[in-house]
Amino acid sequence: MYSDKVMDHFANPRNVGVLADADGVGQVGNPVCGDMMTFYIKVDGGRLADVKFQTFGCGAAIAVSSMVSEMAKGKTIDEAMAITNDLVAEELGGLPKNKMHCSNLGADALHEAIKNYKDRQAGVVPAAKPEADLHEHDGCACPYCDSALEEQDKTFCRACRVEFEECPTCGGITKKGDKTCIHCGAPLGAKG
Amino acid sequence: MRKVYLDHIAATPLLPEVREAMRPYLEEAFGNPQSLHAAGREAQEAVEAARGDVAALVGSRSDEIYFTASGTEANNFAVKGLALGQQAKGRHVVVSAIEHSSVLNSVKALERQGFAATLVPVDRTGRVDPAEVGRALTGNTVLVSIMTANSEVGTIEPIAEIAALCRARGVLVHTDAVAAAGTVPLDVKALGVDALTLAGDQFYGPKGSAALFVRKGVRILPLVDGGIQEGGRRGGTENVPAIVGLGTAARLAARDMESRAAALRPLRDRILDELPRRIEHVVVTGSRTDRLPHHASLCVEFVEGEGMLLFLDMNGIAASSGSACTSKALKASHVLLAMGFDHATAQGSLVFSLVYPSAGEDVDALLEAFPPIVDRLRKMSPLYTAFLKERGS
Repeated sequence: MYSDKVMDHFANPRNVGVLADADGVGQVGNPVCGDMMTFYIKVDGGRLADVKFQTFGCGAAIAVSSMVSEMAKGKTIDEAMAITNDLVAEELGGLPKNKMHCSNLGADALHEAIKNYKDRQAGVVPAAKPEADLHEHDGCACPYCDSALEEQDKTFCRACRVEFEECPTCGGITKKGDKTCIHCGAPLGAKG
Repeated sequence: MRKVYLDHIAATPLLPEVREAMRPYLEEAFGNPQSLHAAGREAQEAVEAARGDVAALVGSRSDEIYFTASGTEANNFAVKGLALGQQAKGRHVVVSAIEHSSVLNSVKALERQGFAATLVPVDRTGRVDPAEVGRALTGNTVLVSIMTANSEVGTIEPIAEIAALCRARGVLVHTDAVAAAGTVPLDVKALGVDALTLAGDQFYGPKGSAALFVRKGVRILPLVDGGIQEGGRRGGTENVPAIVGLGTAARLAARDMESRAAALRPLRDRILDELPRRIEHVVVTGSRTDRLPHHASLCVEFVEGEGMLLFLDMNGIAASSGSACTSKALKASHVLLAMGFDHATAQGSLVFSLVYPSAGEDVDALLEAFPPIVDRLRKMSPLYTAFLKERGS
């Protein structure tokens, strides 16, 4: 299921840990979708002198975090910002389709940490991060084909081309135009 | 490295006696049971003998057993066939929130056809309260389907009580006994159910072998339309080797069930007692009293199931998880969520299900390998770091 490279980064992850004196911290994901990542960066002379991470998630999520940390270490801020999810997946020798979601989180967490560093440099007081909503409804994967959904894709699955709407009863995403919700079976459309 | 297989709920090994019983029907005895000639008669006799063995396992008549290709098919057959068969009387069905997807999605299919459905909740141990089922019944209810035992948390449900209550109201009862049949004694008369699903790959029979018991006189519509096989209720040429394997496995289960359970129960209890003792923040899921004899399940807080499974696999130990990442759908187990576990805890769900014969050394291997795995993954977990910070250590 996983490439040798993924298994190597999962079993022997690089740069695991916390930087107590980090210059930037980024956190993405939540346990509802199964993955949560925190990245810590230390910046010296415009380069990422140190990168550490912690990850709650599957094998792919851990391998992706490890790979991102390795790719980012020593890079300039701009170079690190140019690390994309696709590049990470490519470096890992590919990921199963339903795990692409994890690679998306990896680069995002790094970019969040860099953003946090830039904000601190600019003297922007970081807004209190809202607690991850653990009761938020699925929305991590298409309920019809299980492909991972991007944040902006909550209305449409690019893989199976299904258009979604939010179920007024349970809040889950379900096929637009269906008579009942795929999750809770409540009638859609006409309310009451 | 010792290979330790703790994934009974995924598949059981085929018993040598079962394989030998099947072999002639994969080789020289290839006839079609519906044929008039000797080869056909030979196959038909084998199918009918197997039907008798399966009937004996659950205390039914032979002609109340219908062979299917999987537990999923039998559940579809039961839920759709029974509900559609009674729809002149009403169009409401009741199931529990922790049913297998083959029951839940069959109910969704009925809803698309205009049926109404009620999901009955479960308590923290995964037990359905019969009184809740009673409250869910309406004048329109035609079918109640509650599983005999849940494969993810091992809890055995009070089916006899539920069935008595439904019977008094004239409502049919189906039970998905895939996780229980062949491992705990079941008698359809004592349970008082109208239909029951069982699958051979849960008691050392072949994959692709399953059956539905339907009480004589109960109207059920076919799921697979076709010829005269299975009394016209399930078309398609009989899978004779699988059916023979199912029958043999059923006969052996009826004979050996008690001794297998007696051997596995102490191993199960050792896992359930020892892991929470050796690792902090481990919660046993399911009931400690009404529990399948081969089934241990728990949630490990602050880590996710797949990582644990991968490391266990590297240590030669096969187990399974109900976590989001191991299911393709990236969703936490509906069973654990229905039992009131939060998402983060549910993601750390693991099931260790023992196959017969397992040895004390298998459990030793697990107890030794597992704590360092959890430790390693927790060191990587931001949730664990946050927890330690909160606790002030």
